[in-house]
Amino acid sequence: MKIINETNISFMSKSNNESFARSVVSAFVLQLDPTITELADIKTAVSEAVTNCIVHAYKYEMGTIYITVRIIEGGKIQIKIRDKGCGIENIHEAMEPLFTTMGGERAGLGFAVMQSFMDKIRVNSKVGKGTTITMEKSIIRRAKNNE
Amino acid sequence: MSVKISHENGKITAKLMGEIDHHTAKAMREEIDSEAEKIKPAVLYLDFSEVQFMDSSGIGLVMGRFRQMELLGGKLRVINVPEHLERIMALSGLGALGVLTNEGKVKK
Repeated sequence: MKIINETNISFMSKSNNESFARSVVSAFVLQLDPTITELADIKTAVSEAVTNCIVHAYKYEMGTIYITVRIIEGGKIQIKIRDKGCGIENIHEAMEPLFTTMGGERAGLGFAVMQSFMDKIRVNSKVGKGTTITMEKSIIRRAKNNE
Repeated sequence: MSVKISHENGKITAKLMGEIDHHTAKAMREEIDSEAEKIKPAVLYLDFSEVQFMDSSGIGLVMGRFRQMELLGGKLRVINVPEHLERIMALSGLGALGVLTNEGKVKK
């Protein structure tokens, strides 16, 4: 797995950073010349993961959210979104579509969206330590010379 | 302003603007709910034609307003869903609530 390019960003778990996070990730991914749909998929998945950090991981406190975006040889994007928040007790339950601990205004679709809009998703979580979501998506190559 | 609200003949249309995420959905929700509680409309239309982006918070917004309108004794209709939001709408299962319509479908 050869890394072609990488960026790291971190920011406070404020809800107005949700749009910041997806804009930064999509700006970095642009160098692979993705389609509008591929870019929208990535933005949506990032938005879900960052929202989870804000509403769940750091529910009672302000914390830091860390994102690493890598461009991997062959046109693959890898996005890691990490928090040092409360962790997820039951990952299977959390990933179940429509499962939510937040009541009426949350659809319980965060993980379902990430799974559907990205090729691969892996969740690592330790209660009391935090959660790391790793997502991957291959960008279909259209133009040459974009490396 | 992230939502433009108009009403006539006891029907409210809330035109959502820009990007819907967990952050922006809150203000949209508050504005729509306060108007709906005042007017108690027979129908609340949520117009998605000017929505550039949404994540599952948009789905939560629709589900929450569906419940709100049930409490107020009216109906909810989701109109003008642009093509780029069709996938997330389909994933949501909102179709089962019977709120999605093909009224005034726009292409983007």
